[in-house]
Amino acid sequence: MFSKEELARYNRHIIIPEFGIQGQQKLKQAKVLVVGSGGLGSPLLLYLAAAGVGTIGIVDFDIVDDSNLQRQVLFTQSDIGKSKAEAARQRVLDLNPHINVVVYKEPFTSSNALNILQEYDIVADGTDNFPTRYLVNDAAVILGKVNVYASIFRFDGQVSVFNYKYEDGSLGPNYRDLYPTPPPPGLVPSCAEGGVLGVLPGIVGALQANEVIKVITGIGEPLVGRIHHFDALNFESKTFKIFKDEQAPAIKELIDYQQFCGMPAHEPSNADNEITVGQLKAKMDAGEDFQLIDVREEHEYEIVNIGGELIPLGQLLYETESIQTDKPKYIICKTGDRSRDAVELLEAEGFDQLYNVKGGIFAYADEIDAQLTKY
Amino acid sequence: MNKIIIPTPLRKFTNNESSYFTSQDRVDLAIEDLAKAFPDIRVHLFDETEQFRSFINIFVGQEDIRGLQKGQTPLSGSETISIIPAIAGGIL
Repeated sequence: MFSKEELARYNRHIIIPEFGIQGQQKLKQAKVLVVGSGGLGSPLLLYLAAAGVGTIGIVDFDIVDDSNLQRQVLFTQSDIGKSKAEAARQRVLDLNPHINVVVYKEPFTSSNALNILQEYDIVADGTDNFPTRYLVNDAAVILGKVNVYASIFRFDGQVSVFNYKYEDGSLGPNYRDLYPTPPPPGLVPSCAEGGVLGVLPGIVGALQANEVIKVITGIGEPLVGRIHHFDALNFESKTFKIFKDEQAPAIKELIDYQQFCGMPAHEPSNADNEITVGQLKAKMDAGEDFQLIDVREEHEYEIVNIGGELIPLGQLLYETESIQTDKPKYIICKTGDRSRDAVELLEAEGFDQLYNVKGGIFAYADEIDAQLTKY
Repeated sequence: MNKIIIPTPLRKFTNNESSYFTSQDRVDLAIEDLAKAFPDIRVHLFDETEQFRSFINIFVGQEDIRGLQKGQTPLSGSETISIIPAIAGGIL
């Protein structure tokens, strides 16, 4: 039952005829796992907490940094350097002390996903990469949980409700019905590479929270078997029907999602195919003959570059004729992750003399040229 | 004319055009028309075997063409074709 303070707090819900005290009670009894407490997780967590969802789990291993604050409205300047999950927990408990918040300051992986998710009724996917999206989906399907999905990129947002169980026991489509296989690595840039309009996750995450609340309370028609697409640039909204592939193989166990998404499994760094920014600078100064390839996006290159040849990671395999076979190739990106993927992709294509510039442009700015912009 | 809506992630390959009009009367021919007009978009729509990439969904009106006649889905001449790619951004 609700305390006097809770009844006052939730009054605007309770007086909605379709909602009532029963709807509020369902919210209080509900357990929702939010995977990712960033752009989408921010509005999602704030609205779920404000609405009175009784138990909220937050999975995030990341740390708040200053580039998050453009859109991750859960966090403030004073949170920089803190655990996102912990900062999020404090923020939502400040908003609503009548709820329970459980934090998981660890990556969501095939090893822990089922153990964590089995404690919850619903998962809300606010992750930022394809491997984790397929993992969230598959874990939800295996455990029979509803997966309320949202995703954003630059100016586009998507929302849907996956694996919804109808009253007759049949299931709505899941993420694999919509996208059976992921894009090859690099073909679709992440928000870190491609950017995102700061307000977009606010809009889309609020739509996602709305669907979570509808699924819990049973009011309205949840976005099952349909995907909502929002184009913030042209202000166009469309809802499409999802084709459920009845022939699709059943999801019975979790797999290696990095491998499924074609991502190289990052081994401990191999000094043989890496160079430091200091070594790169020495080679430049010595006038050595090499090809420096910058695999960031064009707009990143325009912000700052050190004269490398621009071939974005997503274009690399389609522009192999630009790769010079007769000389060493030093691959650089923002921080050294995409360039490491580029080295492995090109190695798989049969190229050699490939070296990842460790730490990327950021390391170059830190160690060699402090005038360079870090973005 | 049928109208193809270009999703924002692919607009950099269409000179920032958000739509493309085509009189082709079948989905595969319409998309091929688009790829001829903007060759850089081809690799993002078709795989090595010239099939639509599996992380790109194509809808005629509200319907996924996989539930219709796939590439052979006929177009009436006043259809809206939407290309909806997988996107994964969120927390970064």
